[in-house]
Amino acid sequence: MKKQNRLDINRTKTKVYYVISFILVALIAFTFLFPLYWIITGSFKVKSEILSATPVWVPTEWVMTNYENLMSKRTAPLFDLTLGSLVITGPTVPGAFRWLLNTVFMSTMSMLLTCLTAAMAGYALAKKRFYGRGILFSLIVCAMALPKQVILIPLLREMSALGLYDTIWAVIVPIVGWPFGVFLIKQFAEGIPTEMVEACRIDGASEWRTFTDVMFPMIKPGVGACAIFTFINSWNDYFMQLIMLMSTKELTISLGIATMQGENSTDFGLLMAGSALASVPIIIVFLIFQKYFTKGITMGAVKG
Amino acid sequence: MKKLLVLLLALTMVFALAACGGQAAPAESAAPAPTESAEPAPAEGVTITLWTYPIGKWTDEATVKDLIADFNAVYPDITVQVEYLDYTNGDDKVNTAIEGGQAPDIVMEGPERLIANCGAKGLMVDLADIVPAGTYDSIIGSCTSANGEVYELPVCMIAHCMAINRDVFEAADALQYLNEETHTWNSVDDFFKAVQAVYDAGYPYVGTIYCGGQGGDQGTRALITNISGGTYANAEHTEYTYASQENAEGLARLYAQDGINFDTAIVASDEIQNFVNGTFQMAFCWNISQEVNNADALGFDVLPMAFPSDTTPSLQGGIWGFGVFNNGDDARIEAAKTFIQFMTSEEEYAKAVEATTFAPVRDVDGIYADNALFPEYSLLSPLMGDYYQITKGWTEARTEWWNMLQRVNDSDGSVESILAEMQAAQDTANAAAAAG
Amino acid sequence: MANKKITVSPMSRRLVMRENVAAYLFMLPFLLFFVAFVLYPMFMCIFTSFFDATMGRDDIFIGFQNYKELFNDPIFWKALKNTLVIVLVSVPVTCVFSLWVASVISRMPMAGTSAFRCIFYLPVVTGSVAVTMVWKWMFNNYYGIFNYLGQNMGLLDKPINWLGDPKYALGCIILILLTTSVGQPIVLYVSALDNVDKSLVEAAEVDGATQMQAFWKIKWPQMMPTTLYILVITTINSFQCFALIQLLTSGGPSNSTMTIMYYIYYNAFKLYRYGYGNAMGVILAIIIAILSAIQFKAGQEK
Repeated sequence: MKKQNRLDINRTKTKVYYVISFILVALIAFTFLFPLYWIITGSFKVKSEILSATPVWVPTEWVMTNYENLMSKRTAPLFDLTLGSLVITGPTVPGAFRWLLNTVFMSTMSMLLTCLTAAMAGYALAKKRFYGRGILFSLIVCAMALPKQVILIPLLREMSALGLYDTIWAVIVPIVGWPFGVFLIKQFAEGIPTEMVEACRIDGASEWRTFTDVMFPMIKPGVGACAIFTFINSWNDYFMQLIMLMSTKELTISLGIATMQGENSTDFGLLMAGSALASVPIIIVFLIFQKYFTKGITMGAVKG
Repeated sequence: MKKLLVLLLALTMVFALAACGGQAAPAESAAPAPTESAEPAPAEGVTITLWTYPIGKWTDEATVKDLIADFNAVYPDITVQVEYLDYTNGDDKVNTAIEGGQAPDIVMEGPERLIANCGAKGLMVDLADIVPAGTYDSIIGSCTSANGEVYELPVCMIAHCMAINRDVFEAADALQYLNEETHTWNSVDDFFKAVQAVYDAGYPYVGTIYCGGQGGDQGTRALITNISGGTYANAEHTEYTYASQENAEGLARLYAQDGINFDTAIVASDEIQNFVNGTFQMAFCWNISQEVNNADALGFDVLPMAFPSDTTPSLQGGIWGFGVFNNGDDARIEAAKTFIQFMTSEEEYAKAVEATTFAPVRDVDGIYADNALFPEYSLLSPLMGDYYQITKGWTEARTEWWNMLQRVNDSDGSVESILAEMQAAQDTANAAAAAG
Repeated sequence: MANKKITVSPMSRRLVMRENVAAYLFMLPFLLFFVAFVLYPMFMCIFTSFFDATMGRDDIFIGFQNYKELFNDPIFWKALKNTLVIVLVSVPVTCVFSLWVASVISRMPMAGTSAFRCIFYLPVVTGSVAVTMVWKWMFNNYYGIFNYLGQNMGLLDKPINWLGDPKYALGCIILILLTTSVGQPIVLYVSALDNVDKSLVEAAEVDGATQMQAFWKIKWPQMMPTTLYILVITTINSFQCFALIQLLTSGGPSNSTMTIMYYIYYNAFKLYRYGYGNAMGVILAIIIAILSAIQFKAGQEK
């Protein structure tokens, strides 16, 4: 009886706690939602409402001016391929389209290359015993948190020596070299029983077959987590883009918008239209693949 | 899945090998890399790059393309590739490009960057041979280095001024302290009286000393030196002189004045935004292009004003023009010079200047014939003072300037402590000037 | 450890060789990128830190001069302090905050959990430039939402210039950093809480354990791997908070938000002091290596 009483008190306390917590979380969630709301509505406001000192919560008049400016102020070829001495140039389109394309290409390429190299290296680190493994792993762990600003100047000199400066590859390759993906997949692969790999080897399968047929399907969730992480990181990696890219046709969307600003005046409408354009696609992708996103992240991370 | 993996692997390998092969070359080589584009150019054809800062409509692709089309009608063999910079990241872009050995051929900017910075570092071409004698006499001195090299051919100029919200000043009965005809304040005392009057009329933020970053520092520099009658740099442009008793007193007076606030969180663009939306009643970082840019958001009458002074106001000028980087390729340097000569020729000059929205630097007929704002703003042009921005160590000096303002904001605001902060900032700037 | 295993195992020499070759072949693609774009620049960073390097002229060897100057530079020390404050505050706060949010939203019905998880993930995918711009407006001294609410609710006498006051600026930066970094930890904790063995918790409750006790004694230990992983990614994230500072405060006011990352950039691209910037990079890399080592050792012991 006494026990039952205590349980009831506990339950009431818990209920009160959860109600209060829920209200708090809902309030905080609002501040997380607000920036996106403000950017999207802001991109449809007229200039005086954007600059207004009293917040205009909902545009009184929805205008497309900011998007029109975004589309008309710069132009660039949709694509350009150089094959030896042959240059294929695509049709001229609004710069923003090219920038979006560049951003998508950059993120996708970084993601694919990172996943491939990290899956292979992570597997080797987790399942193979080789000379220098300990040192390599220590280097990887130390380099993981290294901010890019540290290697900024040498990297810049290196990129121009390689002829990669002002190409989208200058942004992609440092991301692929960043060892977090390897760490992630190594941790995940360690959770997979070694016997399975060895059984396959005894059956006479080649190293490569073992990796593609046995290992890869099992570390897929880890690779998925690595893919999501790299894609979003690369999409948001403003700093590298700022340093490495210059020409209108090489820019990414966030950089492109920055070059449209005048002296000592910020066109917030343009900025918000561009930001909306840059974030809405990735948010839609996120909403559609939400289940896989969260599954990938958690499975990839927690198992290790 | 497997095929995809193999394909990716192959791609990785090819690319990585290519990257590795390239790496054998000394990474240090700062020598200019050959032009990226492998386009088979005709034998006499030259491709040059032009980078422009956002100077009026020189950031607007349609306007610039039109100007280049004019150029190509005469010189079809020279291809001009344009890239657009912004003032927030533009300097970083230019510096990384220089560091990466990919500097542009032509940059359109002001002497503070082209002469005091790139020129002083030996990266620019002397343009003395394309400056026509007698045409630019009044201004060419500001585009010339201490050793006599001309690193910039000027195109346009502007007198940076301040602006007031005329409606609010009228309502606060503060228009009596200024002369609307000449756009000048009656005296420094009257400026402070006007600020007080507007403050008393219920406007807490009359004017703001913005010091969050270095953009638009010309406004605060001109405000302080005009109020005090002090100087910023010496007449020879060899050292900074702003740590003076009178400048410190001037700044102390601003610090103590109701309605004049320091704000370390905002930069010039925020100040303009706050002025346009009616939060501030004055803007210290103003010029004709601000009024043009914000025309559709301004809900009141803007009155451009000279800075308050007891003598003749001395406005900070802005000069913009073309400079040529020495990329080690004579053909490109020649082509760049040809381009500049064309843009400043009798036929094209007026059009090139109107694209900047600023004033011409030499006599030209019929310019801005249908521009309503131009006559009003051109009244301020004769007040343009010494162009001291070409003093060596300018980058450090302007950085020290806004850091100094931030520290003054934290101080007690006494003349002594302000002078001490000014002295510390000036010492660093002068050390940089001496080091070159 | 690797050596020991090899000598103990009965594999023949040839097999060991084969294993080594295979391992390095698997490592090769990654190593190419890692060496070329992380290790080599890092080496050059150390090398250049002994030179007086700037743009437009050859580097001059000056030995340890950069380091000597660095240790006498008050801004460097301030930047170092701020960097450590950001990391040491934001890492635990992010962990605790996301654990709390996760524990609340995991109690909701499926749709609610999913919706809130999305909302908290939004700032991660919205992009730092856009998010920063809105936060700057919210912190505005004159009509920002914080001052507006604070004054209306009677919490503030007069408006606070949040980003312009050395007392608050760093706190504001950390707050924004928090909103952009809790997304993933919340996702992780929600599923970690789901995966906790429910029967154990129920048994404990029947035995009269409070919610708190049940949480700390039963759920928390089971979530340890998740927590460790979150610690790692949050630490990485905190060291990357460059864009926020560049776009909001440029290190000001009075260097109160100056971090090493920004100071390196500032020296390299505003003052053209490449050697000095690199020396700072070396110091930061050493600190990060030590921190990672500690974190990792701690993780392995658990």
